[in-house]
Amino acid sequence: MAQDRPTAAELLAAIADFLREEATPALDRTEPRLGFQMRVAVNSLAILEREVRLGPAADAREHERLVRLLGRDAPLDELNRELARQLRSGERDETDAALMAHLEATIADKIAIANPKWR
Amino acid sequence: MSVHTSPETETVTRVLGEAASRHFGGPVTIERLSRQSGGASRQTWSFDAIVNGTRQPLILRRDPPAQGKTERERAVAIDRATEFRVVRAAHDAGVRAPEPLFELTPQDGLGEAYVMRRVGGIAIARKLLRDAPYEAARGKIAGQLGEILARIHATDPATLPPLPRREAADHIAGLRRSLDALGRPQPVFELALSWLDRRKPAPLDRPVLVHGDYRTGNYLVDETGVTTILDWELAHLGDPVEDLGWLCVKSWRFGAIDKPAGGFGSREELWAAYERAGGGRVDPARAHWWEVFGTVHWGIICLNQAWKHLSGSIKSMEHASIGRRAVETEVDLLQLLKQGA
Repeated sequence: MAQDRPTAAELLAAIADFLREEATPALDRTEPRLGFQMRVAVNSLAILEREVRLGPAADAREHERLVRLLGRDAPLDELNRELARQLRSGERDETDAALMAHLEATIADKIAIANPKWR
Repeated sequence: MSVHTSPETETVTRVLGEAASRHFGGPVTIERLSRQSGGASRQTWSFDAIVNGTRQPLILRRDPPAQGKTERERAVAIDRATEFRVVRAAHDAGVRAPEPLFELTPQDGLGEAYVMRRVGGIAIARKLLRDAPYEAARGKIAGQLGEILARIHATDPATLPPLPRREAADHIAGLRRSLDALGRPQPVFELALSWLDRRKPAPLDRPVLVHGDYRTGNYLVDETGVTTILDWELAHLGDPVEDLGWLCVKSWRFGAIDKPAGGFGSREELWAAYERAGGGRVDPARAHWWEVFGTVHWGIICLNQAWKHLSGSIKSMEHASIGRRAVETEVDLLQLLKQGA
């Protein structure tokens, strides 16, 4: 059964906003060390908010690409294990254009969640 | 401001007082003792010793009796007694390294520990890159880092304690073991490690003292520039270009991405200063190899930092969150591999 609103992403965003705008400045005045830790926490909440919003579609795209690349279907983790094995053994390398396109797309989706400002 | 004293602080004060009295050969009072940073396992404390009415600013480096170190840290980091000797050798060779003064003994009960002189300056990249007092220093840092590194690499091996020798192949094997221990598939890191493996530089006939963690955040700067190089615990014998590559890893630019040399200058500026100060000629392909290596290395360190929390060896939100920074290095690696070499 679906939960009522706020959605998970909306609730996470509300918590992060509150901690960033109200709790952090108060902590900075009284306990600077905790103020720093709070920034880390707020940043992590923002990652979760993006993950809840963008993660499922990103995982689905990654899975679809891996099925095409490896020519078989299996759970996402198993396909990544097979890809990692092929890369370590040298069966595939950076000269494989389909591989590189898959990795580029996967990492673009991952960084959009973990740290969209990274460049 | 109120002063909090914990039982630990009281113990450290008492023991330092006794050890410093032995070293200085007279009564010593310990003042302003405070924990600086570091996790539970590798601690740094700042304090003043009052000796014959003179205030000596000092630092205590301390590993409390075995706790919280990961397998990997035990495998790659040198112990404090070895670190003491490495820093002594580097300092005596004219490197801007802290002056080590004396070691604590097992009977002191603080674990592996030694005391060195405290040097002025700050290490916080965000301030160094943006704050006004460091305006003039910013233009000099890349060159100074090249110069100091040449001196580190010129340290006479005969003056060093026994150190692990780590060549490119050992590093690659170590990182693959790390990935296996972590247990999750990491295609981009596997791709990069295989790329590195196929192109690895041959071992050197005469390996040099490698600092091992030569990067922004691990040296102090004041208004005049770099004052001292810190964090020697990953020192080993190996390829000097390893330090040059590590310094240029994008994660140490803290946003100043167009300045590869630690956020303060170009690679060419760094290499030219290194060569002028007597370092060997820098082969750009070799430097690129070590920069790619450093980038994978930092990515896997991020995963390992998170693992410290996940495995229960330490409980730390900060460590947990670093796991999500690994992907930054995956972005960088895909860019670096496209640049070829």
